[in-house]
Amino acid sequence: MPGLTRGKESAMAWSTKRHTHRRGSAALAALLLIGLATPAAAGTLAERVFETTLANGLKVLILEEPKAPVASAQVWYKVGARNEPAGKTGLAHMMEHMMFKGTPTVSGKEYEARIQRHGGMNNAHTGMDVTAYYVDFAAERIGLGLELEADRMAHLSIAEQDFQTERAVVAEERRLRVDDQPAQILGEVLRATAFLAHPYGRPTIGWSSDIQGWTRDDVAAFYRTYYAPNNATLVVAGAVKRDELLPRIRALFERIPRQPAPPPVVTREPPQQGERRVLVRKEAELPLLLVAYHAPNITHPDSYALSALAIILGGGESARLHRQVVYETPLASYAVAGYNPAHPDPFLFGLSAGPLPGKTAEEVERALDTEVERIQREGVTERELMKAKNQMESEFIFSQDSVHGLASLLGHYETVASWRLLDSFLDGVRTVTADDVLRVARTYLVPDNRTVGVLVPVTPQREKVPAAPARPDVRGEPTELPVKGGCQ
Amino acid sequence: MTLRRAARRFLALLAAAMLLAAAAPAGAAALGRREVLENGMVLLTAERTAVPIVTVSLLIRAGAIYDPPGKPGTASLMAQLLTQGTTTRTAPQISEAIEFVGGSLTAEAGQELLSVSLSVLRKDLDVGLDLLADILRNPTFTPADLARKKQEVIAGIRRDQEDPGTVSYQAWRALVYGNHPFGRPVEGTEASVSAITREELVRFHADFVRPDQAILAVVGDLGPEELKGRLASRFGGWEPGRRTLAVPPAPPLLAARSVRTIQKAVTQANINLGHPAIPRSHPDFYAVQVMNHLLGGGFTSLLFTAIREERGLAYDVGSHVSAGKIAGDFNLSLQTKNEAAQEAIELALAQIRRMREQPVSAEALADAKAYLTGSFPLRLDTSRKVVGMLASIEYHGLGLDYVTEYPRHLEAVTAADVLRVARTHLDPERYALAVVADLTKTQLSP
Repeated sequence: MPGLTRGKESAMAWSTKRHTHRRGSAALAALLLIGLATPAAAGTLAERVFETTLANGLKVLILEEPKAPVASAQVWYKVGARNEPAGKTGLAHMMEHMMFKGTPTVSGKEYEARIQRHGGMNNAHTGMDVTAYYVDFAAERIGLGLELEADRMAHLSIAEQDFQTERAVVAEERRLRVDDQPAQILGEVLRATAFLAHPYGRPTIGWSSDIQGWTRDDVAAFYRTYYAPNNATLVVAGAVKRDELLPRIRALFERIPRQPAPPPVVTREPPQQGERRVLVRKEAELPLLLVAYHAPNITHPDSYALSALAIILGGGESARLHRQVVYETPLASYAVAGYNPAHPDPFLFGLSAGPLPGKTAEEVERALDTEVERIQREGVTERELMKAKNQMESEFIFSQDSVHGLASLLGHYETVASWRLLDSFLDGVRTVTADDVLRVARTYLVPDNRTVGVLVPVTPQREKVPAAPARPDVRGEPTELPVKGGCQ
Repeated sequence: MTLRRAARRFLALLAAAMLLAAAAPAGAAALGRREVLENGMVLLTAERTAVPIVTVSLLIRAGAIYDPPGKPGTASLMAQLLTQGTTTRTAPQISEAIEFVGGSLTAEAGQELLSVSLSVLRKDLDVGLDLLADILRNPTFTPADLARKKQEVIAGIRRDQEDPGTVSYQAWRALVYGNHPFGRPVEGTEASVSAITREELVRFHADFVRPDQAILAVVGDLGPEELKGRLASRFGGWEPGRRTLAVPPAPPLLAARSVRTIQKAVTQANINLGHPAIPRSHPDFYAVQVMNHLLGGGFTSLLFTAIREERGLAYDVGSHVSAGKIAGDFNLSLQTKNEAAQEAIELALAQIRRMREQPVSAEALADAKAYLTGSFPLRLDTSRKVVGMLASIEYHGLGLDYVTEYPRHLEAVTAADVLRVARTHLDPERYALAVVADLTKTQLSP
């Protein structure tokens, strides 16, 4: 079992995937926040999911799914990088690490030992909007997972020594995931540039100096504010019986006191009024291009058509970007599009491409633009639209194969909006017309609404030479970069 | 899992056996059915009706270890070109057909095996099987497709060099295996990929991609008889190969410690340490699994505790025993800030020595075994996992009752076994060490 990623933070993506599998497109799509297609829903979850809210405000979702003798218990807290104050970036993720450090009755070591002893698998992740914990067990042992989650929701020990050690671990995590990964740095800088005001511009793992600035009391205050039953959802899916489970859940969780509602995130990103461009110059082998357009979230009806557009444009080898930029006229080794509207606030619609050796980011950007403009001029075909709908439907059906995956979907959607949107989303997708796709392409995929990021490879020898920068700008506009959106 | 991509790619195919590091509930039925088709293809099936999907895993002994001499990357390039054109379909026609129905069809090479995976909705099974048979039997490797794919592969190889973890892992494998085929990256090098010819791909395909070397596992919402009918028309005329395949010998053990350091402008030292170990068929396999779990296999392991929990030196630290059919290795990896590299290496070696010197407590042994057996249902909770397990069981010749046999093997492991296999199969003296770091800050001792 190679899984040693305790305290994973999905720095760029909403995606809860713990690793990207394939080199190239998948890895680099993940970089930019981009869950490929959105989870579409088959309209049946409402009939299968039991929902209740305990007296202390804890939302409970139970899905009886007996096809495999396993169960997943997950606690989703409605807190992520989005909720961090300036100067404290990364605190949500640090909080997640500290949740494994034990309580007065169950030490961190004992916590792990108990789960292991019962054959459980556990981990957690932090995103922009969510912090989620899971334990998967053979179904009859799921009660242990519930006990441990209730205990640490109520009684976490936050010792100074543990805090100091874990801060060092998180600093190493940042070095591993971001500082030594040119593509990840570009993604971080792009986000920081795309968002001037909204906290989505901040890295989930935190800026290095903020990591060094946290205190143990910051964590303790964060825990009190956000790790409250009224700010969480408990999801249990698998071979369980609701009638047996619910009394147990009530006994374990209902006594945990409710807390005052956490402060709302009031900042709204102002409309972008002109293209922003940013370069990252770093030792790397090849350039990299990221393009991010502001786009609405799942509560907006345009999210359906934008989801279809992302698939038509860049959702596979038969999609337009791959077909033109990788296959017909090879300029890039991959070219993808991605859009995930499952956020409480509007986020981004992204394009990503990796130029081939000898090709420039400029050429590739021009080719991506050509495809975007073609859709804006000619629209999409009925067959393309049908393909996008088929993919979203089938993705949802495949997601039914894993109770862990289903529980994650429910928890994620409930935390960012409502799990019921899983049902209504596919209904919405089914109603999308080619005209809708054309309209959203013309509305959102416009230069004034986008941020373009380019990784400019610098060889070690040239590092100190003020070499001429690659010019990502392709239309003869000023190459001077706009001031980067501030998050520091 | 933050196991580096390179390691993961290797493990995914070769060490599927490690997924078996778990046990079945007593009395569980066989995982599926097995039969050998006339052309030698082994068919494994399991019915799973809860969700209307079908997943297919096809393994063929056509991995990178069979690359022609001097042409690393041939198997990998061949695999990637399977979906890029057949005698009747172009690459866009293949991708359009599978993506229109919301399915997926991928092919990739590992060290020992070519792996082709298909997933489709039940109603689209014919579409998927048509494509699967076509890409296996009739790929064309046109010069245009070859030229394009080579460039993509080379771009991937170069981007991999941006990842210090991958660079370190590849350097480590080269130290461990020397000139043995296992020491080469599956995807080849920029130079070797450039030099691969169409004729070599055609020959490799003809020699290796053949039914008598294939394992086809199918899990889904249909019975074996119906499935066989659908397979007959597509695979029935596929002729077995004639050439006898030479399997590379197992690599030799290391004669001495070897170290490679690579300078890179990075903030962390990326460290890989280890040596050849046992293949899957070795009788010590089960004891080694338990031993490695205690040493570096989880959140309670010696390595995790000493290096992360107590010292905060690393985010990702652990060890793995990859046990392939032909060869296996023991790999310990971690990343820590440049300045702490020497301390972390010493701590890691100290844990290996401790594993070899101190008997494991009864409680720790029981916990490790309980984890490995108790988590078994989680290894089989999706169609994709079941299909992978079926194919792996066949490749390693473990038998379809393996899921009930495994816990028995595991339960038999004693504390004395753990100590013995640690002393036999871990070596704190003769190992390979690769470090990619800013060497001006690491102060490594020689």
